[in-house]
Amino acid sequence: MKTDDDLVFRALADPTRRHLLDRLYERDRRTLTELESELEMTRFGVMKHLRLLEEAGLVVTRREGRQKLHFLNPVPIRLIHDRWIDKYTERQVSALANLKSSLEETA
Amino acid sequence: MTTMTAQTTQVYSVFIRATPEQVWDAITKPEFTMRYFYGSELESTFEQGASYKQWAPEREKLWVEGEVLESDRPRRLAHSWRSLFDEDSANEEPSRVTWEIEPQEGGVTKLTVVHDQLESSPKTAASVAGGWSYVLSGLKTLLETGEPLESA
Repeated sequence: MKTDDDLVFRALADPTRRHLLDRLYERDRRTLTELESELEMTRFGVMKHLRLLEEAGLVVTRREGRQKLHFLNPVPIRLIHDRWIDKYTERQVSALANLKSSLEETA
Repeated sequence: MTTMTAQTTQVYSVFIRATPEQVWDAITKPEFTMRYFYGSELESTFEQGASYKQWAPEREKLWVEGEVLESDRPRRLAHSWRSLFDEDSANEEPSRVTWEIEPQEGGVTKLTVVHDQLESSPKTAASVAGGWSYVLSGLKTLLETGEPLESA
């Protein structure tokens, strides 16, 4: 069974999808047509990538009137950060923080 | 490096292994919010028209003030939002926070937070943009493991 993390890592493991996320980071609440106009890709291709991003929860769509708008949802990345990044960087960071405070004390 | 213009409608969504009632309690009861929402203590009756207050730890300062706009336990809660934790954003127009709670298959609940009506409140928009991910990540962890995130 695929976990939520698997879906997020898979969605991020593609340059086009990361590019799409960057476009949405700059400005979201956008239609498929708007997003498609910025990519050298068929509408079908963009739809396929957006679907994978949506399955991973990285993109959320909402209807406003007749429009389907795409929003960037940063929460899955935060969850990955809290689960995977913090764990492996914490010791290093606290060592640096200790070094900084001991240097400042002696200064 | 691209910079981000803070969005005037922000959407945050997370799937949580919990019932809608548990999610509702976690977002409305101070004993829960104190464990994942920057230690803040919530004060509201959550009836429509009631005030919504979010206090700093030990009630040293009022961080967020608003009014309950919609309340439909355990499905939907909307309240206005004024960020008082920062002097610049405190003078901006109130914005709106809507919590949508939707049961899914397999004992999972989808929680979506929409923070909108931020058009005249750019400082508020920028200041909450990173915070909601942190809050929802902590809320999920608390409900699924019973433990808050270790504080960094």
